[in-house]
Amino acid sequence: MAHTAEQHQDNGAAVKEIWKVTLFLTVLTIIELALGFWMMKIDSKSTVFAIKGVIVILMIWKAFYIVAYFMHLKHEFKSLIMTIVMPLLLFVWFIGAFLYEGDSYKNLRNTYDPYKKAQTEIKVEKEHEGAHGKHEEHAPAEPKKAVE
Amino acid sequence: MSTVTTAAVPTKLWNGGKSPFNVEYGKLMMWYFLMSDAFTFGAFLISYGTIRFSSNGWPDPNEVFQSFPGLGSGLPLMFVSLMTFILIISSVTMVLAVHAGHNMDKKGVVKNLVLTIIGGAAFLGCQAWEWSHLHHEGAWWGMNPFLNADGTQSSTNFTNYFFTITGFHGFHVLSGVVINIVMLVMTLMDKFEERGHYLMIEKAGLYWHFVDLVWVFVFTCFYLI
Repeated sequence: MAHTAEQHQDNGAAVKEIWKVTLFLTVLTIIELALGFWMMKIDSKSTVFAIKGVIVILMIWKAFYIVAYFMHLKHEFKSLIMTIVMPLLLFVWFIGAFLYEGDSYKNLRNTYDPYKKAQTEIKVEKEHEGAHGKHEEHAPAEPKKAVE
Repeated sequence: MSTVTTAAVPTKLWNGGKSPFNVEYGKLMMWYFLMSDAFTFGAFLISYGTIRFSSNGWPDPNEVFQSFPGLGSGLPLMFVSLMTFILIISSVTMVLAVHAGHNMDKKGVVKNLVLTIIGGAAFLGCQAWEWSHLHHEGAWWGMNPFLNADGTQSSTNFTNYFFTITGFHGFHVLSGVVINIVMLVMTLMDKFEERGHYLMIEKAGLYWHFVDLVWVFVFTCFYLI
C-alpha cells in the first residue's frame, strides 16, 4: 500500500496504546493486591464483603481492557462486537441465579436440617491446625496420604 | 442515476458483496471458539461460586496459598502475584508480536514470540511448583488438609474445584505455548512471508490473550476473595 507515512504514525500510536494498557493493567492488579492485603487485617464482615465487591469490579475492568485493547475488539466492526458480547450477557443471569440458588440452599438446609448445621459447626482441635501451620518442605507428607 | 445506486450499495453492511464483520474467516471462528470456551470456564466458576455460597464454611485462601519457593511460608498472595504478572507480561509480548506481524517485521515477530513462549513456560513452571507443594501438604482431588476459616472441618469441594479449574486453565496455557511454538516454527520457515500476511499470529494471539483473561477471573475467584 502507498500510505506508508500514515501507517508509521499509526504504528507509533498503536505501540503507545499497548504500553498504556499494560501500565493500566499493572496498576489495577496492584490495587487489587493492596485491597487483598488490607482485607486480611479487617474483622468486620460487611467491610470485607464491600472490599470483595470492589475487587470484582476491578476484575471486570481488567477483563474489559484485555478484550478491548489486547484482543483488539474495540477496533472491530460493531456487528462483530455485538455478536461476541451479546451472548456473553447471559452470564449476568447465570451468575445472579446460581449464586442466589446456592445461598438459598444453604439457608434452607440450616433451617430444616439442624443435624447438618451442627455438623458444620464443630471446631477441629487446634493441634491439627498447628501441624499444618508449621508445615514446610521437610514435613512428612506420605503418612498423611495413607490415611485418606 | 445508476451510478448513485452502485455507489450506495456497498456502504450497506448486510447487502452482500463484503464481509459484515470485516474479519477473515479463521479469525471470526477463533472469536466464536473463545466465546464458547468462555462459557465453559464460566460454567466451572459459577459452579464453584454456587457451592461456595451454599457452604457454611470455606478455607481462607490466604492461609492455604501462602508459600513462595525458596522463601518458605507465611507469604500470602506473593507467589500468585508473580504468576499474574508473568501472564500479563507474556500477553504484552504477544500483542507486540501481532503488531510486528502487521508490519511484516519477521524479526520482531520471532523475538516477541520467543518471549511469549518463555513467559508461558515460566507460568506453567510456577503452577507445577504450586501444585506439587499443595500435594505435599496433602491436598489433591478428594483430599483436603485445610480447615475452614472459622476452624471447622472443610469439605473436599475446595480442593476439587481448585485443582479442576486451575488445571483446566493450565491445560489452556500449555496448549497456548504449543500453538505459539508452532507459530514460531512457521515464522522461521518463512511461511507467513510467502503468504504475504501474519494473520495466523493474530489468531494465536487472540487465544493467548483469552488465557490471560481467564487467569484474571481464576486469580480473583480463588486467591483474592
